[in-house]
Amino acid sequence: MSTDVNVKLDALPGLDSNALPLEVKDLHVEFRTRNGIARAVNGVSFSLRAGETRAILGESGCGKSVTAQAIMGILDSPPGFVTGGEIRYRGVDLLKLREEQRRKVRANRVAMIFQDALSALNPVFTVGFQLGELFRKHRGMSRADSKARAVELLDLVKIPAAKQRVNEYPHQFSGGMRQRVMIAMALALDPEVLIADEPTTALDVTVQAQIMSLLAELQQERNMGLLLITHDMGVVADVADQISVMYAGRVIEEAPVRDIYESPSHPYTKGLLESIPRLDLKGQELSAIKGLPPLLTDIPKGCAFNPRCRYAKDACRQDPVPPLHRVAPARSSACHFWKEVQADV
Amino acid sequence: MSDIVLEARDLVKHFPLTQGILFKRQIGAVRAVDGINLQLRRGETLGIVGESGCGKSTLARMLVGLETPTSGDLFVQGRNMAKVGGAERRRGRRNIQLVMQDPYTSLNPRMTVGDIIGEPFEVHSEVLEKPKRRARVQELLDLVGLNPDHINRYPHQFSGGQRQRIGIARALALNPEIILCDEPVSALDVSIQAQVINLLEKLQKELGLSYIFIAHDLSVVRHIADRVAVMYLGRVVEIGTEDQIYENPTHPYTQALLSAVPVPDPKLRGMRDQIVLTGDVPSPANPPSGCRFRTRCWKAQEICAQREPELAVRQSSDHPSACHFAEVRDVVHAQR
Ligand SMILES: Nc1ncnc2c1ncn2[C@@H]1O[C@H](COP(=O)(O)OP(=O)(O)OP(=O)(O)O)[C@@H](O)[C@H]1O
Ligand SMILES: Nc1ncnc2c1ncn2[C@@H]1O[C@H](COP(=O)(O)OP(=O)(O)OP(=O)(O)O)[C@@H](O)[C@H]1O
Ligand code: SF4
Ligand code: SF4
Ligand SMILES: [Mg+2]
Ligand SMILES: [Mg+2]
Repeated sequence: MSTDVNVKLDALPGLDSNALPLEVKDLHVEFRTRNGIARAVNGVSFSLRAGETRAILGESGCGKSVTAQAIMGILDSPPGFVTGGEIRYRGVDLLKLREEQRRKVRANRVAMIFQDALSALNPVFTVGFQLGELFRKHRGMSRADSKARAVELLDLVKIPAAKQRVNEYPHQFSGGMRQRVMIAMALALDPEVLIADEPTTALDVTVQAQIMSLLAELQQERNMGLLLITHDMGVVADVADQISVMYAGRVIEEAPVRDIYESPSHPYTKGLLESIPRLDLKGQELSAIKGLPPLLTDIPKGCAFNPRCRYAKDACRQDPVPPLHRVAPARSSACHFWKEVQADV
Repeated sequence: MSDIVLEARDLVKHFPLTQGILFKRQIGAVRAVDGINLQLRRGETLGIVGESGCGKSTLARMLVGLETPTSGDLFVQGRNMAKVGGAERRRGRRNIQLVMQDPYTSLNPRMTVGDIIGEPFEVHSEVLEKPKRRARVQELLDLVGLNPDHINRYPHQFSGGQRQRIGIARALALNPEIILCDEPVSALDVSIQAQVINLLEKLQKELGLSYIFIAHDLSVVRHIADRVAVMYLGRVVEIGTEDQIYENPTHPYTQALLSAVPVPDPKLRGMRDQIVLTGDVPSPANPPSGCRFRTRCWKAQEICAQREPELAVRQSSDHPSACHFAEVRDVVHAQR
């Protein structure tokens, strides 16, 4: 078994502690499948500061998880390939690192939690063993010390009777508790960035509320950057500072949370917000976005949203794709007609 | 004719818990539904909410006759389904249809859409003679907003939202008066969810349907329901009009549930009176004595462990609530 205690993080080429903890630039990912090339991520850029929460919002299949997998270096490859762009951790382009260096960053600096905790935990080892292994492997700690740290961590994520439960197996925990265990594992080595891919989607609202408040608390304590992937606009409104809205593998709008909800600058964002049931619309038709998202093997020419867009004009049906451009300080939209959209209430 | 199209009286479903492989012994029971009383009125939508495992689907399956109650009675249009003859029971069953959650697994992948929607006619062949069925299926496709020419396609050729429409068309095939929707939009994206909710509301108006609508998304239920029942561990803990439940909830569980729903408005961040419940839902095989919510309730007193609170109207409120100390509390809830 290899141990990577010896890979030194401060020896990473180009490491700059003043650079942002995470910066993604023009990321491209494609899946080469029998049915053609699925362009899952088509030039995604965003950055994440220490202590900041950025939400990646978008509907099923728009490329949120693939973006996260590319950042973590856990893309299913083949068929998935990163075909362009940069993913920088404190200035270091992770895409240029050797696999062992990458693994080290992944364990120590940039961690991830998944929607389905059960499949992320190993069913044949106790929770304590799995947590302890992180300390044994990455910190070279003794068995006894790492077990003690495992108990501390379970305590940190508020698992009652941590001392006893550390010896139990994942299936002996409820869904919410397993999610806590996964958070504990992700936070074990004090990462600077946490990527949470739909961390509460499978849970009941009361448990979701517990987990989200736990995450917020831990993030603040540690001044960690949180990349929150979700399609729940309630959760986003509750916890995010910045939002990137994705559609068909692109970021189509980016803004601070309040601005997005107050005056969306892209028809897709506007459509999403309008389709949430609201009290004042009781008894009326909900405003749905017509049609379906495109197949990623066959993304429409021009603006990918044009077949569903009520603002679409001829320019939208032709290349070039409208780029994500600045529409106000700290705000960007990838719509030719964002002014019209913003003005339309 | 009575205004109540469907009624459950003391409906109970216990699933036996067994041990041993060769000689199974019963060591207990999962009390999935444990004494539920409900009435569905003509043309209304009754919403049912509650956390995972509280018995919503089991209740739904009993109401449509897919599951036999352990005890209790089910009345369809005033007739006790356990007491009527076979023919009348079939007619009663035909009148209630189920739309299920998962548009990916609830349709047989090897059947064409036409066969799927037409399947109920095979079971109830008296409803429509064979030669007329194809036209009826196409009519149903059109009714739910799908292209009638796609009758020979297979489920995998449709998106999630479209598959849910297929499920709805099949439920409508026998002209039922009552439709039970068990999480019909939970698996769908918001923009598609809105399309399906609009369709359900349109069909209700056009066909005069009565709905039972089960969902865990409280804002969706608020949008579609006239009345709402809140379930916890196999029982209804509070029931009332949509307004009563959302504006004036009196049961601590309802209050906690509503307060946990994030509000899609960043301006209201931190202004919500959020009740964060501690602990997990107890096992339905071994529910707490007295009030089942007491292990998570911040208001629990001694009496809560001793006496099960009745689902009843108390002085402090205008609708039934199963709490000894029911009182209105204002929570900023699911919507603006
Ligand atoms: N292993 C894979 N093989 C082939 N295609 C894949 C694979 N994983 C993802 N894709 C493609 O990438 C697209 C984006 O998938 P991704 O999982 O990122 O969506 P998502 O935005 O996370 O959606 P959801 O909200 O459903 O989780 C999918 O539509 C799919 O076509
Ligand atoms: N066939 C069965 N045999 C044994 N136990 C069952 C069976 N069906 C359901 N249960 C149990 O009954 C309880 C209620 O389940 P049910 O599916 O009705 O809950 P639900 O409210 O629909 O939950 P969800 O929101 O997750 O769909 C659960 O504890 C479940 O494990
Ligand atoms: S560019 Fe055109 S099609 Fe795309 S969102 Fe803007 S108006 Fe709609
Ligand atoms: S009866 Fe007691 S335990 Fe039950 S909800 Fe009311 S106060 Fe809480
Ligand atoms: Mg995903
Ligand atoms: Mg269910």
